[in-house]
Amino acid sequence: MAFLDVSKLTKSYGSNTVVKGVSFGFDKGEFISLLGPSGCGKTTILRMIAGFETPSSGTVMVDGQDITSLKPNQRQLGMVFQAYALFPNLNVGDNIGFGLKIAGVPAEERRARVVDMLKLIGLPGFETRYPYEMSGGQQQRVALARAIAPRPRMLLLDEPLSALDAKIRVSLREEIRAIQRELGITTVFVTHDQEEALSISDRIVVMNAGNIEQLGAPHDIYNTPKTRFVATFVGQLNNLDVTVADPVARTVSLDGQIITVPNLPAGISANAAMVLTVRPEVLSVGQRPGNDVTLNGTVEDVTFLGSVIRIRVKLGHNVVSLDTFNDQRAAPPQRGEVITVTLAGKDLLVLAN
Amino acid sequence: MKQNRFWAWVVFLAGAAYFVVPLAATFEFSLRMRRDYYSFDSYASVFSDPAFQATFSYSVVIGLFAIVMGIVVVVPAVYFVRLRMPWLRPFMEFVTLLPLIIPAIILVYGYIRLYNSSSIIPFTGSALGTDILLVFAYVTLALPYTYRAVDTGMRTIDVQTLTEAAQIAGANTVQIITSIILPNILVAVLSGAFLTFAIVIGEFTIASLLNRPAFGPYLQNIGANRAYEPAALAIISFIITWGAMGMINVLGRFAPRTSARTD
Ligand SMILES: Nc1ncnc2c1ncn2[C@@H]1O[C@H](COP(=O)(O)OP(=O)(O)OP(=O)(O)O)[C@@H](O)[C@H]1O
Ligand SMILES: [Mg+2]
Repeated sequence: MAFLDVSKLTKSYGSNTVVKGVSFGFDKGEFISLLGPSGCGKTTILRMIAGFETPSSGTVMVDGQDITSLKPNQRQLGMVFQAYALFPNLNVGDNIGFGLKIAGVPAEERRARVVDMLKLIGLPGFETRYPYEMSGGQQQRVALARAIAPRPRMLLLDEPLSALDAKIRVSLREEIRAIQRELGITTVFVTHDQEEALSISDRIVVMNAGNIEQLGAPHDIYNTPKTRFVATFVGQLNNLDVTVADPVARTVSLDGQIITVPNLPAGISANAAMVLTVRPEVLSVGQRPGNDVTLNGTVEDVTFLGSVIRIRVKLGHNVVSLDTFNDQRAAPPQRGEVITVTLAGKDLLVLAN
Repeated sequence: MKQNRFWAWVVFLAGAAYFVVPLAATFEFSLRMRRDYYSFDSYASVFSDPAFQATFSYSVVIGLFAIVMGIVVVVPAVYFVRLRMPWLRPFMEFVTLLPLIIPAIILVYGYIRLYNSSSIIPFTGSALGTDILLVFAYVTLALPYTYRAVDTGMRTIDVQTLTEAAQIAGANTVQIITSIILPNILVAVLSGAFLTFAIVIGEFTIASLLNRPAFGPYLQNIGANRAYEPAALAIISFIITWGAMGMINVLGRFAPRTSARTD
């Protein structure tokens, strides 16, 4: 039995069903992300796990215990909010020790735990500061310490980084992941930022309009997206218009060139038009071992992104984006230049709509 | 420009005179108890009157109870309306304004009818019961001010998120209100408390009709029977009321500071 077991969870507001029978199970110690566009129901699911919303139907089990009807203060969970939500009237030490005090932990032990927590989040000696005396990143780290100090069974994070500047966002997410690994605490992390989800999760639940689109490890989600929604939401994507050449041999024609693809939709007939998709990094400028498809195109635009250069190329009637590493010894391609683009047919994605 | 400044001063001084002249005249009069020269004799006479001490301390005690009672009633009410029943707010706004619209005399006649000694709840049957009724009445009279003060205080904090943060840490509702909500709106609560105090100290109608030995009826009695003491008492009441108002301003400096930052 999974440590966190969510089963057929549904939430309706009036006639508007925002979570539509969601089920998933995760093991102890996993770092799970709920990823999806705004309004898809991520926060609602997290709040049902926390106990702030009552599910219309379905159950939430933690460590074999059905917690669906427990109040939030009986669930022994920790939570970090987007707006930090530190108690303004309490200093850092009292904020972190709040849950312990409520639980009746003696003052001595509490003080020792606060010291440990401050060391863990890299803010030793901050006990007597007040929230308004700290930067947003520091406040959010204190909020994390407050959430984990009472040793909760699970840690819930609702977009904890989105109120922060870009630089701190990246460094703090790495810190959160390191602390989570050190404590081995099962964590559910809500985000709409696919890069964030890909970089820190053990597994990702990709959501759309109240349903799970795909559940898997970051590389599964990225490399083998099950639906067009997942493919476009997670990472960049190019579309190539092709016609089916031979459904049995799994070949398609791309501007007259015959390419063998990994799979074709069942029941498709020859000469039918369809769309193939391909990730920008699958395309290479010039030859590369293993690439069996060669196309010629004209450079339409070049975007310099530092270590990576993104090039838009017109291939017949398709326009694709591709990424190459910056080569300091060679100038990037110029607009209007004719270049050769290669790819491996097996890397093409054929997605259900 | 200069012209503007001139008229601004004229208006200001006229307004100030409206306020200051009667006050100065009262003060001057209060010093004339002894013939031929100024003295504080009238004040000495007031402070040494045992009835002054008794009625003033009675009103202070009733005021303190009214403050505590008001906090116990208003803070949870505002909290739950903000948190769970925001649609009830217009109704609350209206109900809490009623004491300003309905004269106190109607309130007290209602009380006497409902709670007289032959009723089911005979509050007025004993001195203690009448004191309790008086406290209730003062909580009601102060409601327009305490409700607004507390409501404004709660607007400055994120009630819902702070509540949830405390809940998930294991706190129950009583713990949340006493250890998180109340300390964060303390300044607002105290300003409501000082307003309550200022109202209670001088109130006449209810205390008089309930026949309680409060400061308001005492003031009225002295005013009708003495010459110089009423002026001294007016100045004393004025200082108490303005002291309470001044405290509200001082407290404003201790309002909670925002900690919203992105760095
Ligand atoms: N209390 C509520 N009453 C009615 N509808 C609600 C309520 N709370 C949320 N919703 C609706 O439920 C849907 C899902 O909301 P939710 O907050 O879970 O989205 P989300 O995935 O967290 O989005 P975001 O990335 O913007 O935070 C939204 O369409 C929202 O309008
Ligand atoms: Mg959300």
